[in-house]
Amino acid sequence: MTAATHKRDQLVRMVRRETMPLWKSVMVRLIAVVASLLVAGVIIYLLTGASPIKVYESMLQGAFGNSAANYAQKSWITVRDTMMLLCIAVGLAPAFKMKFWNIGAEGQVLVGGIATAACMIYLKNLPPVLLFLCMVGASLLAGAVWGLLPAVFKAKWDTNETLFTLMMNYVAFQLTSFFVAKWENPIGSNKVGIINQGAQNQQGWFPSIFGQDYMLNVILVMALTVGMFFYLKYSKQGYEIAVIGDSQNTARYAGISVKKVIIRTMLISGAICGLAGFITVSGSAHTISTSTAGGKGFTAIIVAWLAKFNTFTMILVALLITVLDKGAIQVATQFNISKDMSNMITGIILFFIIGSEFFINYKLIMRKKEKEAA
Amino acid sequence: MVGFISLFQQAVVFGTIIMFGAVGEIITEKSGNLNLGVPGIMYLGGISSLIGVFFYENSTDNPSKLVCALIAILCAFLAAALGGLIFSFLTITLRANQNVTGLTLTIFGSGVANFFGGSLNQLSGGVGQLRVPATSDAFRTQLPGLSSIGGAVGKMFFQYGWLAYVAIVVAILAQVFLSKSRAGLNLRAVGENPATADAAGINVTLYKYLATCIGAGISGLGGLYYVMDFTQGKWANDGTVESLGWLAVALVIFTTWRPKNAIWGSYLFGILYWVYMYIVGISRASQELFKMLPYVVTIIVLIFISLRKKRENQPPEALGLSYFREDR
Repeated sequence: MTAATHKRDQLVRMVRRETMPLWKSVMVRLIAVVASLLVAGVIIYLLTGASPIKVYESMLQGAFGNSAANYAQKSWITVRDTMMLLCIAVGLAPAFKMKFWNIGAEGQVLVGGIATAACMIYLKNLPPVLLFLCMVGASLLAGAVWGLLPAVFKAKWDTNETLFTLMMNYVAFQLTSFFVAKWENPIGSNKVGIINQGAQNQQGWFPSIFGQDYMLNVILVMALTVGMFFYLKYSKQGYEIAVIGDSQNTARYAGISVKKVIIRTMLISGAICGLAGFITVSGSAHTISTSTAGGKGFTAIIVAWLAKFNTFTMILVALLITVLDKGAIQVATQFNISKDMSNMITGIILFFIIGSEFFINYKLIMRKKEKEAA
Repeated sequence: MVGFISLFQQAVVFGTIIMFGAVGEIITEKSGNLNLGVPGIMYLGGISSLIGVFFYENSTDNPSKLVCALIAILCAFLAAALGGLIFSFLTITLRANQNVTGLTLTIFGSGVANFFGGSLNQLSGGVGQLRVPATSDAFRTQLPGLSSIGGAVGKMFFQYGWLAYVAIVVAILAQVFLSKSRAGLNLRAVGENPATADAAGINVTLYKYLATCIGAGISGLGGLYYVMDFTQGKWANDGTVESLGWLAVALVIFTTWRPKNAIWGSYLFGILYWVYMYIVGISRASQELFKMLPYVVTIIVLIFISLRKKRENQPPEALGLSYFREDR
């Protein structure tokens, strides 16, 4: 090889990596998180003039409390919101593993929430066990229907599922507005208000377990997380999902009915997202509004993707994002700036984590020195 | 008839916002990049133009309308293009997943916009106090000569701020660019099959970068129009821009990736969105159902084009996929 041809070689060349040792990929992500926190710290410093250390301290306090009196309370709220985000991400996992882009979690959560609220309002005189069965069933069904529609069209006519599920979100959004206006209480407030309020009522509210209001949320979501992990990893259906995700042609060749699996998987995915709506409405908000899903349906997409469909990794990612969110809101309150800063900071941090994926999937090779090549 | 005229007027003002958004996104998607950050980009465009002119108007006693308009357009375009650049860098150079990156861009954009919007409101003494009268006036200037045409025709077609006509011109230019120019042909090739385009000597990376950044810049003008004409220079943190941004994404599908269809499609979306105000005797709850219409229509169009399988109506073949030359 002559020096002349060498000049045309790129200085840096990228090659796809086959695998990367676990510790290395963890390191890459850690570096990304630390780098993003530094950048975010600088930005917060420029905006508020507060020392970054103080800011991080305040962030932690926002997520976990700053006095003996509110450690437990704040931490539980963080846990509750983490569980909500985790539940949606777990629901998305099978669809994403199949390379079915279910962007419709926001809508699936909302219709699940509507179904739950409807049961709480109209069936509140049922015995509690029956009421809960109705709520679970209705929310599962609502979410499943919302997931089924795009799946059927994808399976039969290859309709673009990303765009379809995205649109379904806004149909659900307006449907929620419709029911909010219908159920508003008091009339004219355009809010549903706390459903079945009052110590004697609380029909359809999650009971507290071990004295903790949100314990049942944790139990349900953790059960789903573990269950989904084994479903994806060790069941026949989970294997079919993985094969389709790798190559639909391979799946067909192996005799897997691709259509059936797409529809079945989206039923499961939508149903779990619907259940997330149930957990929110019955287990924490006790009301329904257009902000019941609150963008978590979109954030969960990022959680599921970053965790590479491993539901246990999702716990960590969901916790990280929730802590950041709570922390940024605390910083905003403490330094008297708009709490919308939390979205900005979350965005920056996610950009870094998304970008760091590159270094896990690809490696860069520098051009060799001419002498070595010669 | 009077009812229809005012509905049409509302629809045009509303439609212009999403027309900018959709035309920009069509150019982006034609390069194979599905940028779900449109709402975030429109946020960035809107808030940047507001920040730019806010400081300009407060620094001089007698702001020139021309300078106001220029600053606003420049700020909106550049900030939005910067959003596009972040997306491009992550998805094109770093091969990150487009859906995830786009959604993050939306979170980021809404955070930035509402944060600085809130700060601007604070600077000027509370929500609703923020005013940029000179710029808002500048953008609400109507076409000279034509705006004096009376009657229904004049009311329906010639009484909008000039940016509404710019939107139509931009849509036509984008259409001509995509269907008639060599660069447009190359761009479409990149979006359909980047490997083939690459083999034909087209610089795939360059085309993707330019299309995404310029497309984002155009989408950002939608945010500018929203802030300057629709809300008349105020900033309200109510999430409207976000829902408008998603409508723009919906409109892209509705137009089957043709900018010329965005011209009437956006007005049709506007009519569908506002028609509930002109139907007598429906409850407030049912009004919410009517606002569903643009999305339902989009879903129907999406299903219809996948049923018909006409090649020219399909999404770009490589939409949503990142390109790495050494992959097979």
